Amino acid sequence: MDPRAYTIKQISVFSENKPGRLMAIAGALEEESINILAFSIAEANGFGVVRALVDKPEAAYKKLNAMGFMVSFTDVIAVKMRDVPGGLFEMAKLLSDAGINIEYSYAYSGREAAVLILRVDQVENAVKSIIFRGGNLLKSADLSGSP
Amino acid sequence: MIAWDPNMEMMPEAGLKKLQFRLLKTLVYRLYSFSNFYHERMVQHGVHPDDITSLDDLRRLPFMYKTDLRDGYPDKIFTAEQDELVRYHVSSGTTGKPTVVGYTKHDLDTWTESLARALTSCGLGRGDVVQVSYGYGLFTGGLGLHYGAERIGASVVPTSVGNTERQIELMQDLLVTAICCTPSYLMHIGDAAKKMGVSIRDDTHLRAAILGAEPWSEQMRTRIEDEMGIRAYNIYGTSELSGPMFCECTEQNGIHMWSDICLVEILDPETDEPVPEGEKGEMVVTILQKEALPIIRYRTGDITSLDTSPCPCGRTHPRIARLAGRVDDMLIIRGINVFPSQVEHALLGIPAVSGHFMIEVSRRGALDDMLVRVELNPEAFSDKINDLMAIRGMVAHTLKNALNVSVDVEIAEPGSLPRFEGKAKRVIDRREY
Repeated sequence: MDPRAYTIKQISVFSENKPGRLMAIAGALEEESINILAFSIAEANGFGVVRALVDKPEAAYKKLNAMGFMVSFTDVIAVKMRDVPGGLFEMAKLLSDAGINIEYSYAYSGREAAVLILRVDQVENAVKSIIFRGGNLLKSADLSGSP
Repeated sequence: MIAWDPNMEMMPEAGLKKLQFRLLKTLVYRLYSFSNFYHERMVQHGVHPDDITSLDDLRRLPFMYKTDLRDGYPDKIFTAEQDELVRYHVSSGTTGKPTVVGYTKHDLDTWTESLARALTSCGLGRGDVVQVSYGYGLFTGGLGLHYGAERIGASVVPTSVGNTERQIELMQDLLVTAICCTPSYLMHIGDAAKKMGVSIRDDTHLRAAILGAEPWSEQMRTRIEDEMGIRAYNIYGTSELSGPMFCECTEQNGIHMWSDICLVEILDPETDEPVPEGEKGEMVVTILQKEALPIIRYRTGDITSLDTSPCPCGRTHPRIARLAGRVDDMLIIRGINVFPSQVEHALLGIPAVSGHFMIEVSRRGALDDMLVRVELNPEAFSDKINDLMAIRGMVAHTLKNALNVSVDVEIAEPGSLPRFEGKAKRVIDRREY
């Protein structure tokens, strides 16, 4: 098992907290026909970080960077949860048992399953220990559209 | 009419001029002989003390700039030995390097005497209770007015700045008649008193305020006087000259600059030529009696005009008008001098941010608020909010250390702040005076 297959490239974009910034980011992704799979905004006083999983991270990075946005890639992992009551609890228990500290997290609920996206300090260790405990991780290949 | 030193304050102009010339001549000889700094400057400038044959010859002497004081840090320009000094004050410099002013016993005496005259001229004296709400410490405002007010026999309440509710209680309990502070702090006191259900006009004995250390306007004076039922007087001074030294008399029409203490020139800052009387220019000051840190032709950067016509109060010493601004881009935030160059200097030392910044100044209630917006360096970008908050906190901390004043910091996107060709205009001042 190569843990790297399970690390997913999230794009993180710095944005001042003012009207129109999200529109500019989303508009740019649309222009490049990039699909957003999951998305969150973390906000602080006066600024925020837009985090997104997209089907074409490299293209998204290039486009946003060219527009003057501060963009970076962040390695995250995505765990499938059962989309039923208690699904998040199962996952949270698994992460707790594995001793994984979550830096931040967000979720989306897709057609097939609900997915919890996690930013953790030691990605490879987290991948191994989640799989060891029977967790179901998405592979980065699962997210990219047509190859 | 009461004056502290009537013989001096009402000396006919001819007598004052003679006295000034004598003091200038003595000063120049002393500095040529005993000060390396002034000796070198005079030699470079091709002027010898013998060339000073009239007051007009003052113009032959070289200027002194704030940068000279900064470069002389801490005491290179002092002409008194350390064991002759009885006090130091320290003010912020233009690039984060402070300026130290030393005082001999005589220097403190001159300063205090200047303030004794000034405070008497606005109607204060024995029997008055004076609350000194300027900062005490390295800043000259608190201690300067403290000793000035003591000298005239007033009872001093040394409250310094802050703890406003207590200030208002003491003002009531000790029957305070006069307060010395920045105009914005007095307005803050007024707002706080209202919230406490206290009317300065009806519930206190306050009748005068000595206000300075930051720009203010006639409109602000009218507002303060009408609201509080007091007279508000404008005081002037900077730490380089000693501290607050000169104040309006009860005529409230210009600040008397004591001729035996200083020589005032008003120059066109572009040509360095004197402007006609009554016209605005940069005030250049020579302090005639100063031992530890002599000041000759000091470019104050303050813009004002001079009025030598007789004052109805009877004092013969010329008056300067309310300051009309600065030659440079110095800001005064809560009484503290701040130069954009200081901000720039401090930011350049922080790798996480770029050198592109903007300063926005506004008033929250009666107090100044300074916001520094700075662009994040892309290398420092993190997807974690905590990391970004830490950068913001570190920038705020660094700026506070450099400026001695708290600032809000906003992290901006790279390329989002204005770029300047030529002289940068990095300050947006939304305060109304």
